[in-house]
Amino acid sequence: MRVGLFIPCYIDQFYPRVGIATLRLLEHFCPGQVEFPTSQICCGQPMANSGCVSDARPAAERFVATFRPYDYIVAPSGSCVSMVRHHYHGLVADEAALAEVQAKTFELCEFLTDVLQIEPPAGRFPHRVGMHQSCHGLRDLRLGKSSELNVAPFNKVERLLSKLDGIEYTQPDRADECCGFGGSFAVYEEAVSCMMGRDRISDHQRAGAEVLTAGDMSCLMHLDGLIRRERRPLRVLHVAEVLVEGMGIGGA
Amino acid sequence: MKTFDHPTAAAEFVADDAHAHWHDQALWFIRAKRDKASQTLPEWEVLRERAAAIKQHTISHLGDYLEEFERNATRLGAVVHWARDAAEHNAIVHGLLRERGVRRMVKSKSMLTEECGLNPYLEQQGIEVTDTDLGEWIVQLRREHPSHIVLPAIHIKKEEVGELFHRELGTDEGATDPTYLTEAARHRLREKFLQAEAGLTGVNFGIAETGGFVVCTNEGNSDLGTSLPKLHIASMGIEKLVPRLDDLGVFLRLLARSATGQPITAYSTHYHGPRPGCELHIVLVDNGRTKLLASDDFRNSLRCIRCGACLNTCPVYRRSGGHSYAASVAGPIGSIVNPSRDAAKYHTLPFACTLCGSCGDVCPVKIDLPNQLLTWRQRIAELGLLEPSKRRLMGVAGKLLSSPRLYAFAGSAGRTVLRWAPRWLLYNRFNPWGRQRELPTPPDESFRQWHARRGRGGKS
Ligand code: SF4
Repeated sequence: MRVGLFIPCYIDQFYPRVGIATLRLLEHFCPGQVEFPTSQICCGQPMANSGCVSDARPAAERFVATFRPYDYIVAPSGSCVSMVRHHYHGLVADEAALAEVQAKTFELCEFLTDVLQIEPPAGRFPHRVGMHQSCHGLRDLRLGKSSELNVAPFNKVERLLSKLDGIEYTQPDRADECCGFGGSFAVYEEAVSCMMGRDRISDHQRAGAEVLTAGDMSCLMHLDGLIRRERRPLRVLHVAEVLVEGMGIGGA
Repeated sequence: MKTFDHPTAAAEFVADDAHAHWHDQALWFIRAKRDKASQTLPEWEVLRERAAAIKQHTISHLGDYLEEFERNATRLGAVVHWARDAAEHNAIVHGLLRERGVRRMVKSKSMLTEECGLNPYLEQQGIEVTDTDLGEWIVQLRREHPSHIVLPAIHIKKEEVGELFHRELGTDEGATDPTYLTEAARHRLREKFLQAEAGLTGVNFGIAETGGFVVCTNEGNSDLGTSLPKLHIASMGIEKLVPRLDDLGVFLRLLARSATGQPITAYSTHYHGPRPGCELHIVLVDNGRTKLLASDDFRNSLRCIRCGACLNTCPVYRRSGGHSYAASVAGPIGSIVNPSRDAAKYHTLPFACTLCGSCGDVCPVKIDLPNQLLTWRQRIAELGLLEPSKRRLMGVAGKLLSSPRLYAFAGSAGRTVLRWAPRWLLYNRFNPWGRQRELPTPPDESFRQWHARRGRGGKS
């Protein structure tokens, strides 16, 4: 099995530690099978979400060409995976290649849970953790039950972390409200975006969280920006980082 | 026409932080009630499925069902009129009133007349129109528009209503007790009901099979408004149809639960033809709906039953207020239907959204709202209506994010600048990210640099 690791552009540039944690996890569960193809860059989401289809096309073409040879493509980002899986139609000329790539592209937690079907790993993470449900992971990829739907509850991300000793989930009042990032929304609708972010943080703080975690670093980038500006006592960590820290596979 | 700009209007709303939070909480309270109410029905998701299917079927045979409805309504003694647009609708209503010498009309439950601008039009013709839904009447007294399709005065606090009623109705100064204020309103509205020579209502559901229709209210005002005067005009969007009487149960169960968390609205009044000695006129209004019908991308937005659940759940709507959408239908569904009427005016609405998807999951008729919002963004870009700054930015981003050399260069240059630049250079009014937020702390090397180093035998 060959697993192609996709590290979204903003993680590559700003949060290499999340990329490293993801790689360590994948190498732990699929030793010797993980590759990071260097011709990758970006899934094209920033352009596509702004309506600029033609500007998104080259990025999408590059993604498909880069990752087609792999058996699985894994990324630590629900929104990028959702982009590839749900919004590439019309962006990529070779439809057969596209369908193939779409079918084997997975978000990290989804890959561990559904493809590798690992049991939640043992370890230790003695902290009060607030889970930020990133919207694309939740409602596009269905990594968990959204609060609007009337179906049996499940949560793949929480389950993955559930065997870490000492971890305690805190429960915000609004289980899965959006953090307000939304890509260029964060810039063009700055007022609403920041209000949403602060509300999210306050909700998690009221619930007693020390660590805020999510499967999408983009939400956390926005929340962390607000947290640091206001010097709130909250640490943000990507789920991959929590797992790696908990399992003690961080390496040197 | 003036171009409306959601971000600016939203920023104004958000600037009053206490009020914006109060607004957010009030709507969240309703969303929470909706969750509870929907959870009382184990078959909730099945109902949604069913409702979506019925509506989809109806709109794909809309012409047939409209004719069937017209036939049956006429058979029951109603007069059916067809209006291509808002102007025709208003002219038909005015004609009916003029021919009968009506000077005063009461109205209830009609966002469609709001969409058509009926009130100002009739007032210009010297006809007094009174909105009898308490919330709608409040906004009418304030010379404003509803800010929500189900809760028209949700943006107004009871203190403000107290002041308004003190001014307009002579209630005690400083009175804020809802019961007292409602009582005062009831008295004044009673007079209006008694004086009215015509009553206009909206339509929640038209039934093709019978030619009847249903109006749902919580205040019983439509019943009063249609029982006293001899003339009843019903304004109905052509998408309001369901095929059979049997279908109605599905929608009545979904509507109130989705809208307010009630099991059912207090009054679901059925109208089948005029009362003896009275007249019933039904105006079927297109006003852009056939344009949606013709569009593969946006057709299924015609399933909408105007429950308002997508507004209540929308984190942007809750914090920016309905008026920031500058249209009779606000929120997610408004951001889809308004641009089809005037893309230039409403070009910022599909972007007033983080694509969180909550609207799609809450919608009782399963409209794929987030998807359509995304599609609208593409249409707006194609129409050349994107802000030039965004257009340029995405052009640059597109180039940068598809060329490895450019990307690597810009990445390290960017991180270097971020690391060394003085704060004033990074945090100024040209950087909307940095007004309220810190930028990410740039690491020394990117992931790919780390990875390359590691590959060359570097320690990781
Ligand atoms: S789009 Fe759906 S949720 Fe929104 S008002 Fe219409 S029916 Fe209700």
